[in-house]
Amino acid sequence: MTATVTPLSLGEFHEFRVESVDFLYLVPSGGIFAVSPAGRQAILLLREQPLAADELLAALIDRGYAKDDAEEAIRELFEARAIRDPRGHQDLPQEPVADFPLQSLVLNLTNQCNLSCQYCYEFGEDKVATPDGKPKFMSETVAKASVDHLLASSQGRRAIHITFFGGETLMNFPLLKWVVHYALGKAKEAGQYLDFSLTTNGTLLSPEIIDFLVEHSIGVTVSMDGPKEMHDALRVYANGKGSYDILAPKVKSLIQKHNTRPIAARVTLTQQVTSVKEIFHHLRNEFGFAEVGFAPVTAAPKRLYTIENNNMDRIFEQFKELAVEYRDWAIAGRMHGFSNVSDTLAELHAGINKSHPCGAGLGLVGVGPSGDIAPCHRFVDSDAHALGNVMEGGLDKGKQKEFLDKGHIGAKFDCHSCFARPLCAGGCHHEAFVRYGDTGHPNLHFCDWIRGWTDLCLNIYGEIAVKNPAFLDQFEQRKPLQ
Amino acid sequence: MKHLKAINKKAQRIEQHIAAAHGDIYALQQGGGSPAARPHYPVGCSIVFSPGWEVDSAGGTAGLCQPAERDLYDCYVTCYWPAQVPDHYNNYPDWTSKCASATKDWRNIDLVFP
Repeated sequence: MTATVTPLSLGEFHEFRVESVDFLYLVPSGGIFAVSPAGRQAILLLREQPLAADELLAALIDRGYAKDDAEEAIRELFEARAIRDPRGHQDLPQEPVADFPLQSLVLNLTNQCNLSCQYCYEFGEDKVATPDGKPKFMSETVAKASVDHLLASSQGRRAIHITFFGGETLMNFPLLKWVVHYALGKAKEAGQYLDFSLTTNGTLLSPEIIDFLVEHSIGVTVSMDGPKEMHDALRVYANGKGSYDILAPKVKSLIQKHNTRPIAARVTLTQQVTSVKEIFHHLRNEFGFAEVGFAPVTAAPKRLYTIENNNMDRIFEQFKELAVEYRDWAIAGRMHGFSNVSDTLAELHAGINKSHPCGAGLGLVGVGPSGDIAPCHRFVDSDAHALGNVMEGGLDKGKQKEFLDKGHIGAKFDCHSCFARPLCAGGCHHEAFVRYGDTGHPNLHFCDWIRGWTDLCLNIYGEIAVKNPAFLDQFEQRKPLQ
Repeated sequence: MKHLKAINKKAQRIEQHIAAAHGDIYALQQGGGSPAARPHYPVGCSIVFSPGWEVDSAGGTAGLCQPAERDLYDCYVTCYWPAQVPDHYNNYPDWTSKCASATKDWRNIDLVFP
């Protein structure tokens, strides 16, 4: 019997070249390899047409490579699945285990806020929350049940995390204090390491609150949109007055005093606010934030603040310029602070390959004042998305499974040929729901953007790996889910 | 690897995985291969010396190296081959947990209805 020789073809990877080194980002696995000239030549040959292994070998020898060398190159590429038998099936990440342990809990201490930012996903035009008839402030009873739920559901985790959220988180500071004391005691009993963070608009910070945050090493993210005129465009009080002047001195005092954790700014980009570089330098240099991260507003198309396509291109250009600045700082061994880059580099360094875009409903859940469990803080108080209640039986495994099945990369067919899927996995569930009415819909309006960003960050990663690999050591420790 | 250089952590794991597959079979007397390749020790009745349980030198069963009752479940745990005993790996990890000594406790081996 004679065996049929199967021709080899290219596996799934994204190529990039930095400083005359060729790199392969292997898509199904998330591995990043530098490839030798012989290996690169084998890839070029297979790109022209599928070849049987001996034909490929002969072609490489023809081009001047020694037989042993060429054989080795083919074998290594095959073993790493950069080239493969074309009959091979596509690799997608597996389903996570059914009893995936919880790692992070987001407590929405209140759904009330002292600001009326027009784009707010909790109160704005595209809100998913249905807060009518539900408590506005979380009670100690609900907070206790939530913390107990986290501890019971995080069995086996060494480190767990609680994020305080709102509404405006600090409108319920007494409960925040209570939770910190209660949860620390419980975590100590369980032998788990617990840390805290909070997101705030900064307007209610006081010396007393700042002291408490410092004392308990509570990480702080401040929602700020940049210099006064940009910040005040949409981040306003109910009477329309901007909030910049109120928060600026308080936030500066926080940054000055808080020395136990780095303080981050989180900027929402809108049609009105797009000057990424100017915002970054204002917040980084004039305020002294350790990190500044940006995200485009989540909104249905055609809202007044929804970013239009030409502006998305403008934003991307500035992202690129800032990212290049980050790269140069990294090569010089300095921390730049553009967290969109460091977050992506951390994921590329680990080589993660996501089954779901984020930990929502998996290692992270949000709990609202009523005790309803939501996939994350963005779905809190939404009846349609509730996954059970901490007071009534905890997480509803059936609903959780339904949510996760929908959001799994395997169910997003548009993503199956995309090289950026290991990091993106279709993008934010909440963004998808606002745009398409379905949490499991891939965020197709961002595809070009995400691919451009992933390619840019791969290039930056490659260049840092060549010129200052020691800089990447900081990414060895995985950050907790945000 | 010579033509692919692992850059990120996932690539390093792929490299270790490939290296481990290369040393799939080797003699334990010669050091047992790389740490990444372990555990790769031989298992199963065909390679473990498991002296007979049929009859002893006198033609009876009293002098066997292991009791004749051991025959009831010897394919359990020690063998990867799908034999007609409950499987240890997935479904019946406790099948023989009440059987501490084959001769005395063999009646305690659980009944299983798949």
